[in-house]
Amino acid sequence: MSIFAEVPQAPPVAVFKLTADFREDTHAQKVNLGVGAYRTDDCLPWVLPVVKKVEQMIVEDNSLNHEYLPILGLPELRSAASKVALGDDSPAIKDGRVGAVQALGGTGALRIGAEFLRRWYNGTNNTATPVYVSAPTWENHNAVFSDAGFKDIRPYHYWDGEKKGLDVTGIMDDLENAPEHSIFVLHACAHNPTGTDPTPDEWKTISEVMKRRKLFVFFDSAYQGFASGSLDKDAWAIRYFVSEGFELLCAQSFSKNFGLYNERVGNLTVVAQDKDNLARVLSQMEKIVRTTWSNPPSQGARIVAITLNNPDLFIEWKGNVKTMADRVLLMRDQLKAVPLPCSGGTPGTWDHITQQIGMFSFTGLNPKQVQYMIKEKHVYLMASGRINMCGLTSKNIDYVAESIHETVSKVQ
Amino acid sequence: MRQTCNSDGGVGSTENVQARGITLLSIFVDTPTAEPNPETKLLADFKTDTHLSKVYLAGREYLNKEGQTSVSPLVGKIMQQICTDPTLCPEYPSSFGLPEFTRRATELVLGRDCHAIVENRVLGVQTVGCTGAVRLGAELLKHWYNVSGVWCGPVYLSSPCDDSLAGIFEAAGIQDVRRYRYWDTEQRGVGVQKMMEDLEMAPEQSVIVLSASAHCPTGSDLSQKHWRLLTQLMVRCRFFPFFLLPAQGLCHGDVQQDAWPVRLCASLGMELLCAQSFSHSFGLYGERVGHLLCVLKQSSTLLAVQSQAEKQVRALWSRPSVRGARVVATVLSNPAHHVEWQEGVKSMVERGILVRERLREKLRLLGCPGSWDHLIQQGGLYCCTGLNVQQVEFLEKRRHIYLHPNGCLNPQFCLAAPPGSLQRRHTPKLAVWLCLSTHRIIRVSCLRSPLPSL
Repeated sequence: MSIFAEVPQAPPVAVFKLTADFREDTHAQKVNLGVGAYRTDDCLPWVLPVVKKVEQMIVEDNSLNHEYLPILGLPELRSAASKVALGDDSPAIKDGRVGAVQALGGTGALRIGAEFLRRWYNGTNNTATPVYVSAPTWENHNAVFSDAGFKDIRPYHYWDGEKKGLDVTGIMDDLENAPEHSIFVLHACAHNPTGTDPTPDEWKTISEVMKRRKLFVFFDSAYQGFASGSLDKDAWAIRYFVSEGFELLCAQSFSKNFGLYNERVGNLTVVAQDKDNLARVLSQMEKIVRTTWSNPPSQGARIVAITLNNPDLFIEWKGNVKTMADRVLLMRDQLKAVPLPCSGGTPGTWDHITQQIGMFSFTGLNPKQVQYMIKEKHVYLMASGRINMCGLTSKNIDYVAESIHETVSKVQ
Repeated sequence: MRQTCNSDGGVGSTENVQARGITLLSIFVDTPTAEPNPETKLLADFKTDTHLSKVYLAGREYLNKEGQTSVSPLVGKIMQQICTDPTLCPEYPSSFGLPEFTRRATELVLGRDCHAIVENRVLGVQTVGCTGAVRLGAELLKHWYNVSGVWCGPVYLSSPCDDSLAGIFEAAGIQDVRRYRYWDTEQRGVGVQKMMEDLEMAPEQSVIVLSASAHCPTGSDLSQKHWRLLTQLMVRCRFFPFFLLPAQGLCHGDVQQDAWPVRLCASLGMELLCAQSFSHSFGLYGERVGHLLCVLKQSSTLLAVQSQAEKQVRALWSRPSVRGARVVATVLSNPAHHVEWQEGVKSMVERGILVRERLREKLRLLGCPGSWDHLIQQGGLYCCTGLNVQQVEFLEKRRHIYLHPNGCLNPQFCLAAPPGSLQRRHTPKLAVWLCLSTHRIIRVSCLRSPLPSL
């Protein structure tokens, strides 16, 4: 008798299933708006030119070996990545109170941060500390914190389905009512899945409440540069909180803005009050890394580190990032130009789409409408109504717009 | 940025922070400094040692003649090819990793014709190195070994074993980690009887972590006869074997022989986990190429276990990095490359044996007391000298030669030239020091005269 005989089937991961269904679909005009990666106007993945260049440099560099990286990762990556998030002139970096851990993508960074917080934040091994994630949020947030041992993971209001925008009142209420020392996972920019971010003023209010109520700030920054096309603009919220004196964690991913999805380059930036606290935190994180993957992979880290640390390559990279961001902005703009039927209650404008930012958008389509889109129009999107703007191209945008038009007219 | 003093006189945080009235106590104030792991500490001590002839023998890697890690020309060529291949796209791999890699990694351990593969009851997951494989295996056991309750052990590890193993199981939430006696100091080999005694006492359904070959850190393995005895015991006591196979091919120079214990268990119809690494056998340490193999009793459980494994991976690292796995898959899928790789591994082993033989011979010539045959009986990357704690400390403090506290070392490092040293080969020196430390006599004349070359 197998010891695994009673293991139940885990529910499939929604976005993987969507992609699998899309692949099997033979319809000529099928469109995949569920994919979580950038696509060119020809609907192909894009290797950033700067990445190609640096990969070639690496292959030709005989001085580079294949030894284990240090447990905390490639030092040049860690420092450069933190600088990208906090800014070149960051006073916190100058004070020596910023450190980092190289991780396997954004997921790895979140996991190391979560494991650390569960062990050492708000007491020792306090699994009861509430962790707040936005409603909705990236579906893996829940799993990462839960597997790290947290027992109480709660949603905080975020998306207002009626006004199709940020539920500011809801956010504030949740912040005011959260138990002190609760952990809040904040999306630094380009909120996934809604594409809706707080304005600077809204961030300021959030910051004020979080400081007063002693809430812990854990940023998830997976789209820096990708949202507005500007690295600095996309990091505004992180930098603001640091300038307000918060000690915080920031999980960074370089999957999207470097197109390095399969090399798993991430960085967990730690901002502490001073060097001493930072050192102790990093020592505990090192211990956690040792029991998770021991040493992180080197290839992706090298590519990112070389690029960020070389002024010319850095400029070239920023250009590549802007190319991607601009294409998304263009698609948003073009979608806006398509007229929509106005009939009581259903979306009549696309304003929410052009006001949203980043890779994703919440269309406002309900689950029935989403089903129609998939089954009848072969346009694949998440049940939540989330679409990946990168799945739109100049060739399919009309078809998609018409499909939405038809769906909204026929299905309520 | 000015630094200001806070009210109790210490140097405070920046003026900016103080002005905003933030509490002066860091939220991390109660986080203690973690104890350094023994390996890190040893390396740190070595680095701060200013002695010119210091030697570090506790490294984890396989080194070439120049004392460096390297990849074979074949691997180098394939990496170049991959870099310029326009058909490869940077997409997210599945959480299980590259299918071609997991297929080949599975076949390498079990053999292509293994019943378990044919009957579709094998799960393979690409992981972040061997550590990632052990962690994933531990998470699977923790969550699913006993569905009716939360399983917390016991897990049995060999004594000694890799420093990090216990911590990995604990991190997965398995607190009950115990040891079985393995290395016998007197016999200078595996103390099979004591090992069996300890395992006879283990509760039913214990998970036993076993080194398939090239045991870390002793280099001492069970014979096939003893493996048969052990598996009988395991079947009788319903133990679950969790194999470690970090260097397949690098023990006997033969991938089949190195995986023999795993194949034995599979042929007996046992369920098992096996954590593999391709770091040593491909020189791809930095790329973290690992694999977790799970052999199930019934194919009906495969999909469910697979889905749970995916769930665990999603929350750990989401998906693995592909470059290293792609290289390994390319080599193992191509018959000519496969042969070339196996030959390369074989010559690495031959070189390793040569080092061990030289060391043993040198000790014999110096008249070092005791038997040193165990040095050549051990295989793989490591070797256990049998020196005790005091002797190891003598070597470190007085001779600036760094071994693991348990007396184990990596013979490759004996032939490496450390930086700043005039001497290219250290086997003679090491042999002298080993001899001296065993006698615990300082032979000044021996120190001053030039050492004979090999």
